[in-house]
Amino acid sequence: MNVLNKLTRHTENSERSLQNTHVNNVKWLSFPYIIWMSGFILVPLVLIIFYGLTNKENGFTFDNITLISDPINRQALFLALKLSLFSTAICLLLAYPLAIILNKTKMKSNSFIVLILILPMWMNFLLRTIAWQNILEKKGVINNILAFFHLPALNIINTPTAIILGMVYNFLPFMVLPIYNVLIKIDKDVVNAARDLGANNRQTFMKIIFPLSLPGVISGITMVFVPSLTTFVISTILGGSKIILIGNVIEQQFRLGNWHTGSGLSLVLMIFILFSMAILSKYDKESEGSNLW
Amino acid sequence: MVKKFVERSYIALILIFLYAPIGILIVLSFNASKSRAKWGGFTFHWYQELFHNEAIMSALTTTLIIALSSAFIATVLGTAAAIAMNGMNKTPRTILMSITNIPMLNADIVTGISLMLVFVALKFTLGFTSVLLSHITFNIPYVILSVMPKLRQLNPHTFEAAQDLGASPLYAFFKVILPDIFPGVLSGFFLAFTMSLDDFVITHFTKGPEINTLSTKIYTEVRKGIKPEIYALSTIMFITVLLLLVLINRRGTEKKVPLRKV
Repeated sequence: MNVLNKLTRHTENSERSLQNTHVNNVKWLSFPYIIWMSGFILVPLVLIIFYGLTNKENGFTFDNITLISDPINRQALFLALKLSLFSTAICLLLAYPLAIILNKTKMKSNSFIVLILILPMWMNFLLRTIAWQNILEKKGVINNILAFFHLPALNIINTPTAIILGMVYNFLPFMVLPIYNVLIKIDKDVVNAARDLGANNRQTFMKIIFPLSLPGVISGITMVFVPSLTTFVISTILGGSKIILIGNVIEQQFRLGNWHTGSGLSLVLMIFILFSMAILSKYDKESEGSNLW
Repeated sequence: MVKKFVERSYIALILIFLYAPIGILIVLSFNASKSRAKWGGFTFHWYQELFHNEAIMSALTTTLIIALSSAFIATVLGTAAAIAMNGMNKTPRTILMSITNIPMLNADIVTGISLMLVFVALKFTLGFTSVLLSHITFNIPYVILSVMPKLRQLNPHTFEAAQDLGASPLYAFFKVILPDIFPGVLSGFFLAFTMSLDDFVITHFTKGPEINTLSTKIYTEVRKGIKPEIYALSTIMFITVLLLLVLINRRGTEKKVPLRKV
């Protein structure tokens, strides 16, 4: 109401104030969305917390959460953490130079670059991961090439390395896009000013470009780390049946109908997700998430 | 010169990395041998078989219907929400944006499980509708994040000017605001459609036993071996999109030429 009053006071005639009310009244447009998100985002999260903290008789318990210390579950969580940290680091190392080069080339439109990175998604994600079996397996593409040069064969399929490769492959675009989007927005004058003041390439990068690109780096890291940590598909396809990640454990619990256990273990995962979301929001205040794409 | 060569090669290597699996899948779709592991000669057989395979065709129909309708509904809801949020004060807008970010940042497995728990709690039979509702839910944020930057660039006075000149708010919206933000709306729709098409995890948890999308159909075949018809279908889909994009890009550049001359 306050805003409305102010608007009315500032306008010259009653007709105009009516129209300004209209401009201000677009708020109702968000109601369907608010109802939708409450019903399908907030309520589900409350429910998963409820399931995670109760047993089959609806009694309160921490048992589902402490199950994470069970040796199998603990190993699955640690392995998932290890592999996802590795794949996030590799993605960052690959994506940052790529984003810098793409930024330099000044393609006619940046939507073209986005398209090139999104286009692979039109080939189903499971199929693309299965194709890596062809590349990595004993008589696969890589070993054929190695054999051609009389080099010893590599044994990658069904190892943690294969899973890391699958993660890097699937999530690399999510690292490139945010970094690229931040880099193109860096004011050229700031970079030129640094050079005018005598900074060399290295100094310009360390003192100007990298700090300014940090929001993109952080959002890239979360967007790679979270899906890597929680995947069960990549480990199923490229890890054989022997390597179990925390995602596989949770998926299996739900397949077996142990919803309370599955929810409890998901809550443990959510602690890591919330942690990375908190870091992201610390760096992401200004842009309000719009730099993701 | 050397630096440029290194940069070009780096882009090329990354593109090979991203597109090699796709090349392999296309090759497999022409492989006469049923096994993924060996090459049995060139054939179009799987492309003919594809249209007689009812299970795959029905999975394709379900996938396309869900992707199209979820992207459309998400675009309408998301665009409306973005417009409303753009006009809000900072605090409510920040709260809404944080909620918007949840499905994007949360793990798919958690989103999928939590949605399933809601449907079950509401005694809602898992099936087509539950998948559609879930896809709309994770699609809306992509639309909002695509539309929001365009709204920021918008001159707020054009909308008022249109109304001063006698346009109704609705008319002014369609004539003044929508054309300006349309590129964002379109890319939001396209992104939502792609995400829905490529989703497996959330569909896996919310679909129930009755229906299959292409993703879930492929997942059931991971262990026993993928049917070559699926490779053929994905090749067709991929090539179609590729051609469409090339066409759109061509038209885009042709349009720009006369403008430059003026």
